[in-house]
Amino acid sequence: MAPEVVKVHPPIVRIAHWLNALAVLVMITSGWRIYNADPLFDFSFPDQVSLGGWLAGALQWHFAAMWLFVLNGIVYVAYGILSGHFRRKLLPLSPLGVLRDIAAAFRGKLAHDDLTVYNAAQRAAYLGLIFLLMVLVLTGLVLWKPVQFHWYGQYIGDYEGARLLHFFAMAGVGLIVAVHVAMVALVPRTFPSMITGRIRRSV
Amino acid sequence: MKKVMGASFEKFRTPEVKRMERRLFLRQGLSLGALALLTGCAITEEEKIQNVLMRMSGWNDDVQGWLFSSNRLAPEFPESRITKPFPFNAYYSEEEVIDVDGGAYKLELGGMIKERKPWTLPELYALPQVSQVTRHICVEGWSAIGKWSGVRFSDFLQRVGADTSAKYVGIQCMDDYSTSIDMATALHPQTQLSFKYADQILPPKYGFPMKLRMPTKLGFKNPKHIAAIFVTNEYPGGYWEDKGYNWFSGS
Ligand code: HEM
Repeated sequence: MAPEVVKVHPPIVRIAHWLNALAVLVMITSGWRIYNADPLFDFSFPDQVSLGGWLAGALQWHFAAMWLFVLNGIVYVAYGILSGHFRRKLLPLSPLGVLRDIAAAFRGKLAHDDLTVYNAAQRAAYLGLIFLLMVLVLTGLVLWKPVQFHWYGQYIGDYEGARLLHFFAMAGVGLIVAVHVAMVALVPRTFPSMITGRIRRSV
Repeated sequence: MKKVMGASFEKFRTPEVKRMERRLFLRQGLSLGALALLTGCAITEEEKIQNVLMRMSGWNDDVQGWLFSSNRLAPEFPESRITKPFPFNAYYSEEEVIDVDGGAYKLELGGMIKERKPWTLPELYALPQVSQVTRHICVEGWSAIGKWSGVRFSDFLQRVGADTSAKYVGIQCMDDYSTSIDMATALHPQTQLSFKYADQILPPKYGFPMKLRMPTKLGFKNPKHIAAIFVTNEYPGGYWEDKGYNWFSGS
């Protein structure tokens, strides 16, 4: 049985994925530092895991990395929609399938044998991430320019409402990414494929 | 400067290091001793990153200038929504708020302005006034709604013959604070030279005798205790802006 080399991830998806991971890391860690200047809740993020050194530095990082984050995200989403990548790999998504997969994951029996196909839990996680990242951009714009984007900001509770939504979307992304990275650690075969774009599969 | 550092440090004095020394001296006042503790490599790397971040901040100034519209108004609120008490904020604590003698006060004008005679408070109070109930948003993240009354700044600039084709309006304050804004924001209909807070003459903590209220800019761009206003084409910077806060900082 000669191993067959199969292409799993197109180059645009791989490049966008790692640029996005970098951008999200900078956005979240600098965002924590910004949060600490006026905490919404009864806790702050430890300075050691935050970026920027002080509020002005964190804001500089946040408003610099946002360009990488948004431009890269536009390329990825445009490619995903126009090339059919999203339709092929992230759809269809059945709520029942997602529940079944999550239950299987807890029993340690989640199948990810065929690396060319995402299971339902992965599809839900990736679509959820894409959705939450868009929420972060839209609420972030209202926080950045509450007057210029008031025309839609008024429907999400204006500056203060956007602040809460921005925070919860960040928390959601943090949670899903933590699970995502844990899953990669459990199925390490997937990791090199996100770099080289290929897997070896015996036929 | 060279003597203090000694020759052994000289090889690290690349153009970036020299720029950084200047910046540290001007902005943080750090001693060269502290600078010498850092390795040459860390300095240049850090300087490069800092340069990129500063350049991005300049780019963000431009983008905010394009996004800004003179017709787009900050939302106004009913008086029932006013935040009580309205928070005090400055680069110093509330006990250190300065006491200005209103009788002796004169607002100085400078730069590209035709009529530069100083204004006394009674003269300023005699100008037609407007009021606004708007949200003040702090760069730290909190916000509060307040009511300010005063003269529309564009009216004032017109009255004194300011050259409104200039780029910047700079503001020097009596508490050693300073800031500067773009002309488009200076001319925005809600930009107000405020004499009153909540229908009372501005108390010292809110900036007696006057502040420049701009609901289209973050709180730190709204200077209090104004001593002088000048119009210029040369970038004037500002207290927080020189320390790394984004200059435009528009809402
Ligand atoms: C160190 C951190 C990360 C690692 C190691 C990692 C690893 C991976 C791997 C191996 C895949 C392919 C999974 C498979 O083939 O089954 C993948 C896909 C994906 N990851 Fe990550 N990831 C990381 C961070 C992130 C972050 C921060 C996000 C978003 C906030 C993210 C979003 C996604 C998405 C949306 C996909 C699906 C891509 C597509 O096919 O279009 N990842 N990741």
